[in-house]
Order: sequence, then structure tokens, then C-alpha cells
Amino acid sequence: MRTRPGPAILGFLLLLGLAVLFIVPLLMMLLGSLKADHRVLLESGSLSAFLPHDLSLQNYRDVFRRSEFHRFFFNSLFITGCIVICGLVVNSLAAYAFARLQWRGRDLLFNLVLALMILPFEVIAVPLFYGASILGLRDTYAIQILPFIANALSIYLFYSFFIGMPKELEEAARLDGASTLRIFFTIIAPNAKPVFASVAILTFLTWWGSYLWPMMVTIGPSVRPLPVAIASFFTLPPLHWGDILAFGVMMVLPVLLLFIVFQRWFVRGVASSAIKG
Amino acid sequence: MASIEFINVSKRFDSGAEAVHDLNLNVSDGELMVLVGPSGCGKSTLLRMAAGLEEISSGEIRIGGRVVNRIPAQQRNLAMVFQNYALYPHMTVRGNLAFPLRMQRLSAADINRRILQIAEMLDLVPLLERKPKALSGGQRQRVAMGRAIIRRADLFLMDEPLSNLDARLRVQIRSEIMRLQGELAITTLYVTHDQAEAMTLGQRIAVINGGRLQQVAQPQEIYERPANTFVAGFIGSPGMNLIRGLLLRDQGDTLLQWGPMRLPLPGEVVKRYTSLDRYLDQTLVAGIRPGAIRIVREQPEGNLPARVTAVESLGHETIVHLESALETELQSSPDRSFPLNQPGSLSVLLPGHHQFRTGEPVFINFDLRNLCLFDPQGKAIN
Repeated sequence: MRTRPGPAILGFLLLLGLAVLFIVPLLMMLLGSLKADHRVLLESGSLSAFLPHDLSLQNYRDVFRRSEFHRFFFNSLFITGCIVICGLVVNSLAAYAFARLQWRGRDLLFNLVLALMILPFEVIAVPLFYGASILGLRDTYAIQILPFIANALSIYLFYSFFIGMPKELEEAARLDGASTLRIFFTIIAPNAKPVFASVAILTFLTWWGSYLWPMMVTIGPSVRPLPVAIASFFTLPPLHWGDILAFGVMMVLPVLLLFIVFQRWFVRGVASSAIKG
Repeated sequence: MASIEFINVSKRFDSGAEAVHDLNLNVSDGELMVLVGPSGCGKSTLLRMAAGLEEISSGEIRIGGRVVNRIPAQQRNLAMVFQNYALYPHMTVRGNLAFPLRMQRLSAADINRRILQIAEMLDLVPLLERKPKALSGGQRQRVAMGRAIIRRADLFLMDEPLSNLDARLRVQIRSEIMRLQGELAITTLYVTHDQAEAMTLGQRIAVINGGRLQQVAQPQEIYERPANTFVAGFIGSPGMNLIRGLLLRDQGDTLLQWGPMRLPLPGEVVKRYTSLDRYLDQTLVAGIRPGAIRIVREQPEGNLPARVTAVESLGHETIVHLESALETELQSSPDRSFPLNQPGSLSVLLPGHHQFRTGEPVFINFDLRNLCLFDPQGKAIN
């Protein structure tokens, strides 16, 4: 059967337009980061912003000279890495308990967890800040990590995946002599790689670019992550747009790499957990 | 190896539905017992209760004489083969076979030795490094069997292990299971809804319906002497024809009045049913196997007219469905949502190939030597 080419071409053009819309800012940032500082503003309103000429790595050298980029990068990597790794363990175990184990109050608690998904972080930011102050945790890694390990959305994504897995796998393992934890780590987790990957990427994206909370709880540069550090470039005169763009490129690069490497898992994971569930 | 006993076992789900009702069953050491019944009759629930995957609401389960009600599945030393095999998809065949042994903390050398032994027994050696998705249905089934056997468990539980296989493979694996069970002599509880599987595999068969045990006996006894009309209709393909009729005595002869016909019961039937006198002048249900009805095209004396409604040709035999003036027992599906037969319908099994037209008038007569008699409530008469 032949399909009509009209709608297909229209769809293709629409997707192309969307792709351009998303790529333009990234391209502008990349080219701007390689140009002399004065030309970034000069060309920003014209198409010449996209023309690669007189490119150099000077802005990148300036970023390292003017700031402790390596420290901020480590901070971001450490904080996000801890949230991702601890989050995978905690949220997957919680979701497994909700999906498979029988215990009193399970459904009520699960509904409460789901309800948490609609609360924006800003709602709890102030009470959380007071709590952190009382506990003397401000300006530490811990306060940037601990409150974000347990996550309702992650629990929901894991739950949707686990509930669709054949129960017989667990039952077979149980009869083979495995304990609940062993079943989880040797049977369930290895078969849930797509959802682990998609939760990891989603969590990484969320906390790599997090700004509000680190801004509230960090004082000095010692535990400050990249998004807060880049903001300080706006307040440190003189304002160098080239440096800011170079900083931005270096900040975005790990996220892009991560997404490109795990894109296949990411799409499969989201499709099999969130949408199907 | 061990025996297993179900003592007054019941299972009620949270929804209030009762899956198993006050069931008593004893499976001896080394025996292969088949639990058979229609879908939803509670046979799988019974198996899962034995495995410890489902809690029992009341009663007692004993394995090897030990009450296991509160013993978790891990500690019951049972092996189970699931309907969908439940092979661990991320492990190779070797990994799947090794898993239960790793849980028993056996040494690597012991694990390898046993894997090789089982792989040779089940012809799995060339498949050891493959993952389940690269195996055919029959190969997966053999791996699932291997994973159960390798543990040297006290008891095998098999939950419809052949139902995902095609007919030819099913026959082949069926004989494989019989061979293995014979060699290993492990007590086995085998669940199926396929009565042909039950008849060929079971040393004894337990027929279950609506969560209640209907009959436990050897296959031939179940076939020839069903305990009630349910068993009579369920076992056999097609099941027994169940016809209501009046029991009479006339000049010393015991007769069965079937519609317009009065049929004298053969001496061996009268001799078999010692309490028959109690049912004189009462309506009984008589069961006659489809193979004991003959079809003729002309009408000699005493033949009953009937009409062909459908013909199923199986090559080596032909099943002819008829409608007649007889008052037959109506049967319905387990959930009672649709009838399994029509009033007056009969099934006839003829050897060889026969041609009939739908709607064709024919005449039938009966071989009553193996007739089964049931009281009006459907219970077999002594």
C-alpha cells in the first residue's frame, strides 16, 4: 500500500524546524565561545554570529584563569553523581517495595509519593533552608545531595517498569533459594537496565543544571556547583560574554555526551516505563 | 524426596472469592500426581500454596510429614517449572542452571559438574552459552526442566509446563517428562487443564472443579468409573454423554427408559451396581462414552432417530455431533457464561473416516456394557 507523500513531507519540515530551533542557541554558544569578546555582542543580532571566523580558545583559557573552573566542575560532578547513584539505589528499592512486596499501608504511602510529584521544589525550598540552617548543614555537599536522593518521579518510573515484569521470574528465584534483596539485585535490576538508564539521565539533567537550591545554601566557592559559578561571571566586572559562553559550553558538554551515549537506553526506558505504564 | 499432604486446605482471596475449598489430598513419595480441571478451578492456586508462593487461608500442608504452612518458599526445597518457563533472561543457559546451586553455596567445581551432568541428560550441552531469547520453545522448556532437576529438590511442581508448546513438541516433551520422572522418582505435582496430558502422564489424577476435589484415582478408573457427572463430562474427548432416564423393572429385567426407547441393562451393569434397587422408578443420569454409540443409516427395530449437527474429522477417527429426542444433561462453561451443549445433543466417536452432511437424518443404537449411572444429583451410584 502506498502512503501519500504530502503529510510525511509536512511532518519532516515541522521536525526540521523544531530541530533548528533547539540547535541554534547551542551553535551560537559554541561559535561565540570561540570568538573575541567584543565580537560576541557585536554579531549577536545578525547572521554573522553563525559564521566561524577568527576562532580561538582564548575565552576558555580566560575561564580557567579567572575562576576555579576545575573545582566547580568537580563539585557539580560529585553532587550530581552522588544524587544519581544513591537515587538509583534508594528509588529503585522503594519502587520494588511498592510494586511487589505486601505490607500494611503500602497503597496509601504510594499515593502520597505520587502526590509529591505535583509539588514544585520552590514550595519546599524555604522550609528546607530553615532545616539546613538549624542543622548547620549550609555550605556543605550533604545539603546539596541528601534532600534529593529520594525522588517521587524516579520512584514512579521504576514502579511502572517493575509492575510490568513477569512475577514468575521472582517466584522462580525465590524457589531457587534467593532472598528478596538478592532477587532484586541479581534478577530484577539486571533486567531493568533501560529504566535505570533513563532515571539516571533524567536525574543527571535535573541536578546538573540546578541553580536555586545551591544558590541558597552555598556561601563560598568550595562546594559551589557550575550553575552558581557561571552566574558569578555576571557579577564580576568586567562582563566578558565570550568567557560566559565558553563556561556554558564546558558545562553543557558532559550532558550532551551523556545523552548521546545513552540515548538508546533513555528512549527505550522512558517508552517502557512512563508511557506504557 | 518426600510425600505431600493437603489437609482440609482452603484458600480465600481478599476479594472474598474462594479458590480452594476444604481440600484433602495425599501424594505419595515418588508419585506423579496430575491436578486437572477447567481454567479457574483452583489447581494452580493449590500448586502455588504447596510452593509457598500463596498463603493458605485454613488447613495444613505437610511435606515429608513436616507442616510447612509457615515455612517460606526458599526453605521448602521444592523446584517448580512455570508455564512461561521463567528463565532468567539476562543469564545464559549455564547461568540459569547454576543459579539455584549458587544459592546453595556449592563450590564452582561442583556446580560445573552438575551442570554438565544435567546438560547431557537433557541434551543441552550445545546450548549452554546461549541466552533464553536465542532458544526455541522446546529448548526453553528443557532448560526450565533442567533448572528444576539440578537442585535435587524434594518435590517437583509443574504448572502447565507444556501449554506454550505446539502439539507435536508437547507429545515429545510429555514422554521426556515421563522418562525423567521414572528415572529420578521424584514426587511430582503436575497441573494441567489438558485431560489428554493428565491421562498419559499421571500415575494418579486429581480432578478439581470450583475449588473442590471431585475425584482422585488412576487414569483408567477416572475414565471408566467417574465419581460424578462433572468428571464424566470433563474426562475424555469428547466427554461422556449424560442422558436422563427412568429406571424401571419389568418381568425381572432392569430397564432404562430413554425418551421413546426402553433399553434393558446388560447383566454386567446390573451386577456392578448393587444398590440399583433403591433407584427403581426414579430418574437417573446415565453416562455413555461417545465410542459406545453406533450410527446406522437405516432403521432396524429399536434404533433411535437423530440428526447430524456437526462433523469433526480427525483423520483416524470422526466425531459426529447429533441432536436427538433424549433428555441430556446440560453443561456450561466453568464461569457459567455459556452452555457447552444443547438439549438433546449427543457426541459419537467413530473409528476411521466417515462422511455425513449437516442436517442428515441418521439412527443410533447403544452399547450399554460400560454404562455409568449417577443419581439425580450427579453422584455415581455404588
